[in-house]
Amino acid sequence: MCGIVGLFLKDKSLEPQLGAMLSDMLVIMTDRGPDSAGIAIYGAPSEGRAKITVQSADPKQDFAGLDALLKPVDSSVSVELKSTHAVIETSADKASVVRDLLAQERAGIRVMGSGDSVEIYKEVGLPKDVVSRFGIRAMGGTHGIGHTRMATESAVTTLGAHPFSTGADQCLVHNGSLSNHNNLRRELVREGMTFETQNDSEVAAAYLTAEMAKGKDLGQALTSALDDLDGFFTFVVGTKSGFGVVRDPIACKPAVMAETDQYIAFGSEYRALVNLPGIENARVWEPEPATVYFWDHEKAA
Amino acid sequence: MDVSVKRESLEAMRVFDLATTPLRELNSALHTIAPGANDTNFEVVNPRGSHAVAVGIDQPVTVEVRGSVGYYCAGMNDGGAVTVHGSAGPGVAENMMSGTVVIEGDASQYAGATGRGGLLVIKGNAASRCGISMKGIDIVVQGNIGHMSAFMGQSGHLVVLGNAGDALGDSLYEAKLFVRGEVKSLGADCIQKEMKPKHLKLLAELLEKAGITGVSPEEFKRYGSARTLYNFNIDNADAY
Repeated sequence: MCGIVGLFLKDKSLEPQLGAMLSDMLVIMTDRGPDSAGIAIYGAPSEGRAKITVQSADPKQDFAGLDALLKPVDSSVSVELKSTHAVIETSADKASVVRDLLAQERAGIRVMGSGDSVEIYKEVGLPKDVVSRFGIRAMGGTHGIGHTRMATESAVTTLGAHPFSTGADQCLVHNGSLSNHNNLRRELVREGMTFETQNDSEVAAAYLTAEMAKGKDLGQALTSALDDLDGFFTFVVGTKSGFGVVRDPIACKPAVMAETDQYIAFGSEYRALVNLPGIENARVWEPEPATVYFWDHEKAA
Repeated sequence: MDVSVKRESLEAMRVFDLATTPLRELNSALHTIAPGANDTNFEVVNPRGSHAVAVGIDQPVTVEVRGSVGYYCAGMNDGGAVTVHGSAGPGVAENMMSGTVVIEGDASQYAGATGRGGLLVIKGNAASRCGISMKGIDIVVQGNIGHMSAFMGQSGHLVVLGNAGDALGDSLYEAKLFVRGEVKSLGADCIQKEMKPKHLKLLAELLEKAGITGVSPEEFKRYGSARTLYNFNIDNADAY
């Protein structure tokens, strides 16, 4: 069992409340998995800037003097420390140099996610503690996904928590377990993908990244996933402007969706959706098995 | 029922607001009703997707639930009349023994699973595995049902006014299935069967019990077990 939530806003006036809304949804799902929790928030990208969310088990040591370390390669760099995580903002063309320098100088630092707009926070512990240590409630954004974990396939660690991000501005949360992840991981490694964990859900994320790298959009990548991934899954996936949901053909992992003029919301259970504005009159439905649902801010605009 | 009795029963309605009252208080109240007691009308407000609302009823109570519920609502119901004025999560009326459960909206997966008796009416759609392993329950769904419904159904009736998903009635025993719309596919050992006069009569009774009018039993097709899986067939040994 795990709990997953997602929120894709259509109404811009709700954007300042995205973090608060998504936090409430996730905290309600706590009893579906108390091991670890995580949230990805897509904020408004700023032209020419990139964000890297990093994590350390020893933030005191690893984050000390981070600003000074990175300034020589990118004078515009800014570092915002949030508990065990830090969000490093760089100019877009310097992001890879900054990542290389981090890898070289701060071995204890792990990249949680990067891109133009995504910030990813995840940690061992209850959702309420995770959202408060990172100040998620105060964050605004256009869309986001969250996960509370009951571990089955790999250890209870920060890196084993969801969301998994394997490509720029891409992330995935998963309820279920994959049975062909080892084989698929070997194939993806051969294609050049790298993995941080032994977790099955990371393989699903990397698979989608690899498919999208071949030119597919999120909807097409999720359609291929139905053919290539074996096992139980309900996935909620975010990209820079998109939001997707897919369930395996057996569809035993629960899922409820709601849509109004203001938002599209996903929850493992209806409980996760009850505090959303206008839920009484929302269209509420259970996503069909083996059916891809996919929305895009850019395509909608 | 005369007006004065009706008035008395309305006044005796016990309201549980789940926004302020723990679920356990509701279920304890339902479980401590003495046989023959007459304070048997309950209303539940603000269920907000709560799990296990009104489970384990064993007296002829009525429960009106104003809103949507989560997992296992009215599970194990034995004699109660539960109406959900909203939708229900997975496992609604699971293992019902007797009584009536009505869902005004949709039901999630395995509605009425393993039910041994009583009537479950779903006015919207039911998701996958509706009536899985049913053992005597009657289920009437006004909308569609999902895949693997009535899997291993042993007895009872599943009536569907809309369409059925893949693998209807897989490995079916003696549950009788009636579908008015399309069946996407039949499961192993489930076949369409002739609708005889006795089946039309049975179906008319089921529709009436569920309060459905304007639908004729002749519009349905009947499905049941081909009974080829009842005994081991040596020709199938390679399949194991």
